[in-house]
Amino acid sequence: MSAASVSANSNNSQGIGSSPKRNEDQRFLDGKGEYVADIRVPGMSEVVFLRSPIAHGRIRSIEVPQEHQGKVFFAADIAFAKPIVAASAAPGFQRSDYPPLAIDKVRFVGDIVAICIAPTRAEAEDIAQACVIDFEELPPIWDIDVALAPDAPLIHDHWTSNLYVETRIETGDIEAARKSAPVTVHKSLRMGRHAGVSLECRGVLAHHDRRMDELVIYSSTQFPHVVRSVLAECLGISEGKLRVVAPDVGGGFGIKNNFNPEELAIAALALKLGQPLRWIEDRREHLIASPHAREHRYELTAYADPKGRILALDAVVVVDAGAYSVWPWTASMEAGMSAGIMTGPYDIPIYRGIARTVCTNKSPMGPYRGVGRSGACFAIETLIDAVARSVGRDPVDVRIENMVRPEAMPYRSATHKLYDSGDYPECARRTADAIGVAAIRKRQAEVSPDGRLIGLGMASYTEQTAHGTAEWVARGLPVVFGYEPALARFTPDGKLLLFVGIQNHGQGLETTLAQVASQELSIPVADVIVRHGDSSVSPYGMGTFASRSMTMAGGAVSAACAQLAEKILRIGAHLLQAPRDEVRLADGRVHFGTQSVAFKDVCQAAFLHPERLPEGEDPALEVNAVYQPGRSTGAFSYATHACVVAVDPGTGHTEIIDYVVCHDCGTMVNPMIVEAQVVGGVAQGLGTALYEEIPYDENGQPLASTFLDYMIPGATEVPDVRVLHMETPSPHTRFGIKGMGEGGAIAPPAVVMNAVNDALRPLSATVTETPITPERILDAIAASAAQGGPT
Amino acid sequence: MKPAPFSYHRATSVEDAVAALTQGGGMARILAGGQSLVPMLNLRLAPLDTVVDIGRVESLKQAQEDAASVRYGSLITHAAFEDKRVPDGSNGLMSFVGGQIAYRAVRNRGTIGGAIALADPAADWLTTLVALEAKLVVAGPGNRRTVAAADFVVGSYLTDLAENEMIEAIVVPRRAPTERWGHYKVARKTGEYAESMAIALIDKARGTARVVVGATDGAPLVLDRAGRAFLDGQRDAALHAVIRDELMASGRQFSAARLTMHTTVAMRGLKDAAAK
Repeated sequence: MSAASVSANSNNSQGIGSSPKRNEDQRFLDGKGEYVADIRVPGMSEVVFLRSPIAHGRIRSIEVPQEHQGKVFFAADIAFAKPIVAASAAPGFQRSDYPPLAIDKVRFVGDIVAICIAPTRAEAEDIAQACVIDFEELPPIWDIDVALAPDAPLIHDHWTSNLYVETRIETGDIEAARKSAPVTVHKSLRMGRHAGVSLECRGVLAHHDRRMDELVIYSSTQFPHVVRSVLAECLGISEGKLRVVAPDVGGGFGIKNNFNPEELAIAALALKLGQPLRWIEDRREHLIASPHAREHRYELTAYADPKGRILALDAVVVVDAGAYSVWPWTASMEAGMSAGIMTGPYDIPIYRGIARTVCTNKSPMGPYRGVGRSGACFAIETLIDAVARSVGRDPVDVRIENMVRPEAMPYRSATHKLYDSGDYPECARRTADAIGVAAIRKRQAEVSPDGRLIGLGMASYTEQTAHGTAEWVARGLPVVFGYEPALARFTPDGKLLLFVGIQNHGQGLETTLAQVASQELSIPVADVIVRHGDSSVSPYGMGTFASRSMTMAGGAVSAACAQLAEKILRIGAHLLQAPRDEVRLADGRVHFGTQSVAFKDVCQAAFLHPERLPEGEDPALEVNAVYQPGRSTGAFSYATHACVVAVDPGTGHTEIIDYVVCHDCGTMVNPMIVEAQVVGGVAQGLGTALYEEIPYDENGQPLASTFLDYMIPGATEVPDVRVLHMETPSPHTRFGIKGMGEGGAIAPPAVVMNAVNDALRPLSATVTETPITPERILDAIAASAAQGGPT
Repeated sequence: MKPAPFSYHRATSVEDAVAALTQGGGMARILAGGQSLVPMLNLRLAPLDTVVDIGRVESLKQAQEDAASVRYGSLITHAAFEDKRVPDGSNGLMSFVGGQIAYRAVRNRGTIGGAIALADPAADWLTTLVALEAKLVVAGPGNRRTVAAADFVVGSYLTDLAENEMIEAIVVPRRAPTERWGHYKVARKTGEYAESMAIALIDKARGTARVVVGATDGAPLVLDRAGRAFLDGQRDAALHAVIRDELMASGRQFSAARLTMHTTVAMRGLKDAAAK
């Protein structure tokens, strides 16, 4: 199938490129979604995890009051459960054993020490509160520098240092570039640590189904099938005795894309006790102990010519990955992905990237919308602005001049990525036009009526999406996420059921996959039911992450439905007594001239009246297909964001006045959903840029453990984002679809920082760290003033 | 995140509530609007074993006025001020401030007495009542006493309430009709606690100026010198310098960033009042 060919039924009103309302919204709007917290099993106990209150220490003893004996369980009670080991294939990677319950040592505030069970959550909390843990406290490794100090105590006793791994990418001769470059620009940058903050926190329920003799796990997860595989391995039982169900999931963003110790601990104890157990994470646990996001440090040097053309880039990325390596991504994913996409949309031929992943006494770092790319974009885009300023030019121009030209596609980057298609400079130009660069520059030159400083920021990125086998093999993960399946099955009354291995947690996939079926079959979207999230219902699939589900599962649905379409046409032609090549599909019917038969009649024949079928035609209407893209190196979506800010130098407050996104995610299946995904991503990215942070103190205590201290953007903080679309189909994927779920969250930290620094130019002040709080802006202004102020 | 066991007492009168507090021996707390206490209970951060719910004590929801002042029962909600359902002697400042607190859902339940009793330094009422020179009526076992709002707050979350006392009412003296108020508040986002806030009261006819800065990691700061400097005609950079110096001399350890923020906010509060 050629990439851009949107097949036969392109006049279909609900197919690819249309924006029908979402099938799944009715139940959500009616409050009828069903989450783990809505599920109750007779005899179920509620779980509270007794979590470590200290960052680093050995457990000497744990005292359980007499009246609570038998309700508190420790590592020894589920000793059969193997630790979670997420080891990268990278040479020198030091592996962590992440046990479901701490065995002798705790390694972060929130590490699980014991499981307390009771009929209600509050009673289980009482039990946890009554237990007394005696620790031998060890020095907390609360910061990257503390971890890497020569005499630092080791978090994992058998390691040689607190470094998980260091990896390098070296392309071209960086030393030669360093010696000869006319312009050298250095930047040191930091991104704060934060949490994922899905609306629904995590949750797990486990019970034994006696009839099926299987352990059933309900988990708020993005990848139920893969959880089944790893859970079976850790529990030492067959996958045939496990069923993992992800019911409605209230947001994932990557934090539900890990196999977490909570899932293993609950499953293991439910298996041992033969008793249903449920844990519903509360917000405090979520902020403290769910996998964290970001916390990057960057040291970047650009070598450029006098016009700001970047000749070479030297980058050191250091990530605080916390106490354990998360499964399956490994601790090194964040730094590795950042260093691996650092040159972004720019044609920078010479590159040296060093990625260091550091172990500390903090909650483990996991994937979060954008993963390392938000950091890479933040780094390179801040650097581009600095290069432009140092050669005395407008960053808008320098940015566009450094970009990969459309005629260079497909383009192999210095980080060994193969960019498949697109026109990056045009995207940046459209963004610049939409935000109105000239008008903003004019406004900046005028006296501000209220004393606030106006700033313009831009940032571009290219984003590998829907990458398959080749990319995941290259990353050396325990699992290779190469494909997606779809089982398409008609019912005898003419409805279509799609069983898919992805998981829909807000992306609208119950609608967009139906649109793909509609494209192939001309069936109304309302007649398509998408089933997902249950390892016993759907064919084995990898789940929803890495901006892959539309491309991967969409491809599979297309392949399955295309085969069904052929069969329907054959049966329909037979029923109409027409030649096969003179019938066509439209409006849920097979047409021959003015005559037609409904799918329902075709389905009746296929399932209930095989005597009506053409000779040699097998009964039933069901196809199972598996899809992987033509090339598994990824379909690259890209975008340029721009925003205008007003910074109040008296209070440090930043207001976003305008925000424009021009993006290209290839062929859009549902432009309405695409736009909403972009805006949602921007909202989250603004959280990274301006609000969200979990600092740790010198004792390794997290300082933002409730929404009193942890701030997320709300409706009044998110501007009206203007979204412009470009559509360059990927040559590698069915319909030319590229992934786009994460992209919106990639650029905001970069674009806001560039805008704030543009605003602060008259004061010669520069911020270098997210979130860009009022305090950090005022500190930057004070630091500039201490050095004599504007120059 | 569910509360530890506690016993619950529904008070029938102020006297009954005070008796319950006395009986609680330091481990009893008043539940007013519950907008801070209930989350703290759920987080197990409030050490107590008895909750004394005053929600049914009708007398605490009443407001009375006379020629000199308005007396507000401590259970009057922020929303009641916002909606002007209670008498006003502040030239509309209290109604305005009521509408500035958190979100409407919080304002529907949160009470003026509860906010003052908690004494979060960033609470809007704290700064406002100090600015308005309000007095608090405190009920204890067998007695009532009156304390100035400025003396009531001792520090962050610290007040001069004894274990067996509660705030019964807030008495706000009527401000001169010629007085104008100014307000400026910095919050990182809508509905958040203030990073800094200021209230300024200027009466050009009577020659008075009062400016109070709140959210200062302690009791609100009354900037007397700044008020006098304003009356002396100082403006802009000169006034800015006076405010900054006075904040630095306050004994609070402000970072450079905080000092800038509070100075800006005080300036803008004065400017807002002066422009009206």
